[in-house]
Amino acid sequence: MTPEEWGIVALSLRVGFVATLATLPVAFAIAWLLARGRFPGKILIEAIVYLPLVVPPVVTGWLLLLAFAPGGPLGVLSDGVLFRWTGAAIAAGVMALPLMVRAIRLSIEAVDRRLEGAARTLGAGPWRVFWTITLPLSLPGLLAGTVLGFARSLGEFGATITFVSNVPGQTQTLPLAIYAALQRPDGDAIALRLSALSVAVALAALVASELLARRMRAAMVHGV
Amino acid sequence: MAFDLHVSKRLGDAEIALQLQTGEGVTVLVGPSGAGKTSVLHMVAGLLRPDRGHIRVGGTTLFGESIDVPPERRRAGYVFQESRLFPHLRVAANLRYGAARTAAIDGVADLLDITHLLDRWPRTLSGGEAKRVAIGRALLSDPAFLLLDEPTASLDRARAAEVERAILDIRDRLRLPILMVTHDRAQAERLATQVVEIG
Repeated sequence: MTPEEWGIVALSLRVGFVATLATLPVAFAIAWLLARGRFPGKILIEAIVYLPLVVPPVVTGWLLLLAFAPGGPLGVLSDGVLFRWTGAAIAAGVMALPLMVRAIRLSIEAVDRRLEGAARTLGAGPWRVFWTITLPLSLPGLLAGTVLGFARSLGEFGATITFVSNVPGQTQTLPLAIYAALQRPDGDAIALRLSALSVAVALAALVASELLARRMRAAMVHGV
Repeated sequence: MAFDLHVSKRLGDAEIALQLQTGEGVTVLVGPSGAGKTSVLHMVAGLLRPDRGHIRVGGTTLFGESIDVPPERRRAGYVFQESRLFPHLRVAANLRYGAARTAAIDGVADLLDITHLLDRWPRTLSGGEAKRVAIGRALLSDPAFLLLDEPTASLDRARAAEVERAILDIRDRLRLPILMVTHDRAQAERLATQVVEIG
């Protein structure tokens, strides 16, 4: 492993973490709205949120580029985003959003609302009910959604390369570096090493999430 | 007057309508299943909104024209049929959840004989234990009145007798108005100051 390759791993992790953490509150708010809200146009919001899951990633990346390009609706941010790791994080976050929303929404829907009613009669207002009942009870799904989003961010390719290109040190995450290596006649060895690394990182994330989920289930059932 | 209810509510194909005015003590609602007994308790607690009418308890209007007090400010001590203990909190934390004065926990735990359960998790409790914890949790929230939904259903005879004793204790020592639902006529006779038929 060369220092450049370690740099690629570090960049991938940074993009993955930032994308996941920044997307989490947005995903939770949307999941809450979809799980609990009753309003006209709900199905439209649902469709838009799930769109990146079914649209070709290249299209998502291109739409992001149009939005953030100078003159676009978010053009004021173009200097901080285009060809930068922040842009890669935005692409990864947008692609991870539907998966996170889906997992979190299911966990909110699984919370027994009768318990929330019981808490109300005990004197708890809506916010206290949220923090002490709804959120703790939906925590396993929240965690699952977060890990899923992180894993998806690490693997992001199409939207990223379209949106912020393949810039070593800025936007060249693991999948993009592997792709770049495969373009070179002598790149097989590098591609192999980076691929093995991708598998290792993904495996570590999945094992960590499984362990956390088990501990959380145990805490729910037997206490911490 | 303890309970002064005049409510109606359409739920699907069923129309629930009830009018009652009661004095001190235990008011028991009896009626066939599906008559809307639990829905009446939900309306008094503020968890279900009546289409029309009024709800007054101890002279305070909880629901009426342009008044709809949110459930957290109705001071209802509601013991649900399925206990509804919070699964992620130990018994002690369940009791503390609505407790105005945590100092009162010892006394209530003693009254209901649940002191030995304080460190347990709800899922490890038997039906009777869970029910007594639920009664304790409701009592500790400093209620102005109690709503009991089939408090002895799913309990064996000995446990049911215990819970009945606890209810009478609450009636006599704490002097809280109690509105209770049961399908058990004999129990209604034993506990009721007044029986109201519904449906």
